[in-house]
Amino acid sequence: MTRPLLIENARIVNPASGTDSKGAVLIENGLVSDIALGAPIGIPDGAEVINAKGLILAPGLIDMRVFTGEPGKEYRETLASAGEAAAAGGVTSFVMMPDTSPVVDDGALVDFLIRRAKATSKVNVLPAGAITKGLAGQEMTEFGLLKEAGAVCLTDGRQSIQSSALLRTVMSYAANYGMTVVHHVSDQSLTGDGVMNEGLFATILGLKGIPREAETIPLARDLQLAALTGATYHAAQISCAASVELMAAAKKRNKSVTSGVSINNLALNENDIGRYRTFFKLGTPLRSEDDRQAVIEGLRSGAIDTIHSDHDPQDTEVKRQPFAEASDGAIGLETLLAAALRLHHSGDVALMTILRAMTSRPAEILGLPSGRIAKGAPADLILVDLDYPWQVSERDLRSRSRNTSFEGARLGGKVMRTIVGGETVFEHVD
Amino acid sequence: MAQARASKSTSSAASSGDFPPFSQKHLLSIADLKQHEIVDLLDRAERMVPVSRQERKSHPTLSGKTQINLFFEPSTRTQGSFEIAGKRLGALVMNMSVKTSSVSKGETLVDTAATLNAMRPDVIVVRHSAAGAVELLSQKVGCAVINAGDGAHEHPTQALLDALTIRNHKGRISGLTVAICGDIANSRVVRSNLLLLGALNVRTRVIAPRNLLPAGIEHLATEVFTDMREGLKDADVVMMLRLQHERANGRMIPSVREYYRFYGLDAEKLAFAKPDAIVMHPGPMNRGVEIDPAIADGPASVITDQVEMGVAVRMAVLDALLPARNSEGNAA
Repeated sequence: MTRPLLIENARIVNPASGTDSKGAVLIENGLVSDIALGAPIGIPDGAEVINAKGLILAPGLIDMRVFTGEPGKEYRETLASAGEAAAAGGVTSFVMMPDTSPVVDDGALVDFLIRRAKATSKVNVLPAGAITKGLAGQEMTEFGLLKEAGAVCLTDGRQSIQSSALLRTVMSYAANYGMTVVHHVSDQSLTGDGVMNEGLFATILGLKGIPREAETIPLARDLQLAALTGATYHAAQISCAASVELMAAAKKRNKSVTSGVSINNLALNENDIGRYRTFFKLGTPLRSEDDRQAVIEGLRSGAIDTIHSDHDPQDTEVKRQPFAEASDGAIGLETLLAAALRLHHSGDVALMTILRAMTSRPAEILGLPSGRIAKGAPADLILVDLDYPWQVSERDLRSRSRNTSFEGARLGGKVMRTIVGGETVFEHVD
Repeated sequence: MAQARASKSTSSAASSGDFPPFSQKHLLSIADLKQHEIVDLLDRAERMVPVSRQERKSHPTLSGKTQINLFFEPSTRTQGSFEIAGKRLGALVMNMSVKTSSVSKGETLVDTAATLNAMRPDVIVVRHSAAGAVELLSQKVGCAVINAGDGAHEHPTQALLDALTIRNHKGRISGLTVAICGDIANSRVVRSNLLLLGALNVRTRVIAPRNLLPAGIEHLATEVFTDMREGLKDADVVMMLRLQHERANGRMIPSVREYYRFYGLDAEKLAFAKPDAIVMHPGPMNRGVEIDPAIADGPASVITDQVEMGVAVRMAVLDALLPARNSEGNAA
């Protein structure tokens, strides 16, 4: 039994309850055992006391979309290295995409990952089960067995199921087990060999464009199928204004549909590609500034529920290529919070909304007990200095891969301490 | 420009020392060039034209230099043009054709760059199927790099040779109307030409069926047409583009005969352009696909002039990019 831990003199920001107040939190046996707002709290015998000195105390972040390399591509990322990066970024739980080698399409692999993560990772690793065997988009996996083994949701990761009939069956069957279907919306034939947002900038660079309709057409289909089947559906990541409109309209009729946005689409736009910078080549392409503004508005209005890192470690070999030939993806666990806080500092989005999208909303969508500061909830907490200035340098990042799209970026806000299950797993040292 | 044209009458090329040092390290794109640099390169090229018309076609300002032609995509005329240009300037020219542009097998582009760099060339001329590949390679080598075409991005020496051809035939470039017709979406020649001609105050037009027009093209060309006759009306220059056969397979274009009917250049359509309009084509031509053979070989065609200007432009670019001449210690 570990010592009780008291965090006092904090600014508690808890999106689940809408609380933003000075106070203290007591942690016992890995759980939050008491919360005192305003008034001081009694210090139990033998408790360790942390004076937060006015820092924000918030629930640890839950990142709904993280790719790792374990098993199969450990040179890109292991559960341990992803855990280090997550802890430093204030991410206390992340949903691990199933596109490992082998693919997580079997309950036994989910079980293995949970054990392996417990042994090696500093943060909670929540495996997602594949929707289709081998992510091939053909045959369904065993949803019930995956759930029993501990899969938190179903997704084919960066793969998008093209067959509407199969997707209908998937949604019906997933609803059977109360599992959320998290789907990457991308029409393969419209995407074609496109590599960036379609438009003037792609034309100037001589690169093939991906039209927004490659996202909105499957999204519209998915939302109709979700209504038809009664499934709990989460559009994995949307990027453009028309998708925000589709989500807003669907949500008026159906409370079981939600959507996420990658921090990249919130913080960056297609112009960041500059002259073929491949760290900005992403599976969901960076869109125009108008689209970026629209997804920010979607976050404010509630059309978009969650923000995730889309952490996707890729090695130099596959990134240092001509743009069209380079792999998609950028790492993001460590920069997620600070990049999202840009929207707070710029006055675009309220702090509570930003944090909600990375704590209580993902927890609700996945049915997790974490993501909130509540008596009896897991003590997954972060202490944040909202204004701490720092500059991103790939050399300082803890991920095993270096493909950050925020290299050199000046960010404001940093995690000073990360607590998982009552244990401090990261402490910032100046 | 008038001075440069006057130099055409001189019997031999003047020393490149007449020009101020060229300010760019590489020639990667027309987008990188300022207007005066474009004009400077055209003037330099003008001076190179006579070299190839002499009996002794030699102007050895690059003797002792090594030029590598690295072609990831097959190209007979561009590679040949660069090879002749380098050899007439006295450089040691090595041709490397890399059969596959795929990186899945063997070494990556960056590996190739490092390998070639270790051979200490002075200039590498690169063609690659991927946009941006030449720029990537330029970041990994110590020598000058010339883009001989990267994907659908740019082909700067083509635009320069086109401009030189236009200037020689029309006496000027500024103020002309140039219509470019064909597969605009997939053409690097178009992008370089629109940038170059735009910088020289040309009224640029693109003509193509809608599905061969890329997004945002209206911001790059002065006017956009889908009707060829309208697009050619009163044009001073008609530039035809090659239609890749594989695009006329029913997925982009239904058939060659339909394409030719609406977008092939024949006498009837050419009659909409100015009476003294010139007809250009970057080659290789598909006679009967985008152009009537009678036009391609007719009096308005300046296609073979383009090829000749190509050598002059490439000599000028090589000469401009390799400043340290006279490695034997001779004074300039």
